[in-house]
Amino acid sequence: MSAGTAKIPVRVDDVVKVNDLVTRFKFVRRDGGLLPTFSGGAHTVVEMDDNGIKRLNPYSLMSDPMDQTAFTISVRRDDVGRGGSLFMHNKVKPGLEMVISNPVNLFSLDLRARKHLMIAGGIGITPFLAQIKELTALNGRFELHYSVRTPSLGSYVDELTERHPTNVHIYYDDRKQVIDLEHLLDGQPLGTHLYVCGPKGMIDWVRGKAAELGWPREAVHHEEFLAPKSGKPFEVKLAVSNKVITVGEHQSLLEAIEAAGVDAPYLCRGGACGQCETNVIGYDGKFLHNDHWLEKEDRASGKKIMPCVSRFEGKTLVLDR
Amino acid sequence: MTIQFKDETFRDDYTFKNSEWAIKRFPFPFHEDSYMYSVNMEQHQGGPEGSIFEKRFDVDEHYVSEMKDRAQVLAEDPLRCQSLPHMTLAGWDLLELIMVSKSEDYPDLFELHRDGNHWHWINRPMGIEQKFVFMDETTLPYGPLEYITRQTQGDFAVLDQRDDNLWMDAGMVTTQADWSLDFDIGMNFFEWHAPVPKAHEMGIFVRALKFLLNIQQGAPARRLNWTMTVNPLLDTSPENYHKWGVQKTSLTPENLGNKMHLRVELQTFFRLPRSNALVFPIRCYLIKMEELVTVPKWGRRFHRVLRDLPVELATYKGFIGNRPMILEWLSKYDDGAETSPGIWPDPE
Repeated sequence: MSAGTAKIPVRVDDVVKVNDLVTRFKFVRRDGGLLPTFSGGAHTVVEMDDNGIKRLNPYSLMSDPMDQTAFTISVRRDDVGRGGSLFMHNKVKPGLEMVISNPVNLFSLDLRARKHLMIAGGIGITPFLAQIKELTALNGRFELHYSVRTPSLGSYVDELTERHPTNVHIYYDDRKQVIDLEHLLDGQPLGTHLYVCGPKGMIDWVRGKAAELGWPREAVHHEEFLAPKSGKPFEVKLAVSNKVITVGEHQSLLEAIEAAGVDAPYLCRGGACGQCETNVIGYDGKFLHNDHWLEKEDRASGKKIMPCVSRFEGKTLVLDR
Repeated sequence: MTIQFKDETFRDDYTFKNSEWAIKRFPFPFHEDSYMYSVNMEQHQGGPEGSIFEKRFDVDEHYVSEMKDRAQVLAEDPLRCQSLPHMTLAGWDLLELIMVSKSEDYPDLFELHRDGNHWHWINRPMGIEQKFVFMDETTLPYGPLEYITRQTQGDFAVLDQRDDNLWMDAGMVTTQADWSLDFDIGMNFFEWHAPVPKAHEMGIFVRALKFLLNIQQGAPARRLNWTMTVNPLLDTSPENYHKWGVQKTSLTPENLGNKMHLRVELQTFFRLPRSNALVFPIRCYLIKMEELVTVPKWGRRFHRVLRDLPVELATYKGFIGNRPMILEWLSKYDDGAETSPGIWPDPE
């Protein structure tokens, strides 16, 4: 199987600054045709040509899943990251031709749920925007608890509270407002599913509390894409394709493999889906595992690495790729 | 070419047979002279012109008669089509996928006109014309899954995806190789595959599930599977085993060429966009032994495959009792000559 998913050639139709940190991008098909429908919670992988480095970053689709005329995403600027979000904020203007992937959903609604309880932090709101549109069309029951830093950084707060005044609850950090999680989880009707998307601390807090209160594992859903971390450059031997490559400081191992012209599988590019799992043939050094996928035993074995987010420090690393 | 739809039966007097066109495009499933399980998946993005792989949902000369047979099965046993309550959206997904595919792939046979959610569907071979509102069940005579699969050849398993597994939560199953939707409904991937011998030990299902969970929009996949059936029965269900099972004993060396059929399933897999469910169409193609041996390569190869097949597989596929007689019959068509690679007939 070829890497990734089927691609869609698009043009940037609109760029809108939402607030100091977040900008919204609207894509339409270059040939004027319709985009595919998708399910709420899906993401698309946006390809960027960032000064010779090809970046493929996943962003949740926030537009109405039933609207095939355009896809929209929102990108939060990360000033200390590797540059993907800075590229989007600084370089992407209306009219630019780009390539995005078909939608992929790793955070879909469980449609058996009697009620969908959503907890969002910051830019983690984006998949819920599409899910809420989907549930509104299907007459599904939902309740959103959305935590933001300040009123001026509360992306889409006004739109949400205006359209769904009784289902949406906003919490402002600067006013010391905190979700009363224990009380919230305790008061839910049977058949409720819980969804959380936001910073790692929030996800751990919500999942931990739900487990403590006896929520079934299958009823708790989360999505957290990690951005690949920068790090010291390192050298890798690709045994199958017989190539030696160097992974740059602001490049991921997966990006370096792709830059060498080697076809490697991927889906989320954020350490979550497991698709890029790669066998290690030999190594002398230390793995910097940054993914959510590998089990403790896999990490200890020294036989697996997730090249989308993980790195290596040491003398030699040989991969089965 | 224009398809000549046949009027034929898959029960009682069994008038089913293949035209020369249908024989030449039959999906013979063996690319070499032996067979063992494998995940054997490939992309479902077209295929040779006129082949059964070319279109997303193949329509052939048996279409109209197969749909009549399905209607008869459903009239006797409505539980052959089921959809758990959370699968309605996936049913609309499937209806949309099939209507769009068929109207694009066979514009002379099917038409779809869309004005927002107001849809107009025309199915010429079956003489159906329907105006309805997309996503409004009250505007169709059946639920969306049942409506469209009463007009599409093959069985359909609609699988919900959650908890890193697939769940058999909806389907239309009337042309099956001895499995039951009513029994399997609500089961997960490992549960409904539990009866298959050997494959679990080989780790086939763990790998197959991983592959299926990652099938994405715009990238459908396919594989072939096969078994043997006495008489051209589409409905070889556990529910009706008392009717068809006994027919296996009616085989004689004289009637075998006409009665014994190779049954091949074209299995395809599509991600359904609105529901994130997976649909698994299982399309059944039948060919008589006397039709199969008109392609010399297939006669030679099929003899060798059946001869060397492990006992467990011949038992699971339900022809262990008849194997010696089938081998004796087929051996007349195996002169020991070498066979060419690939599944297609040699050019004449």
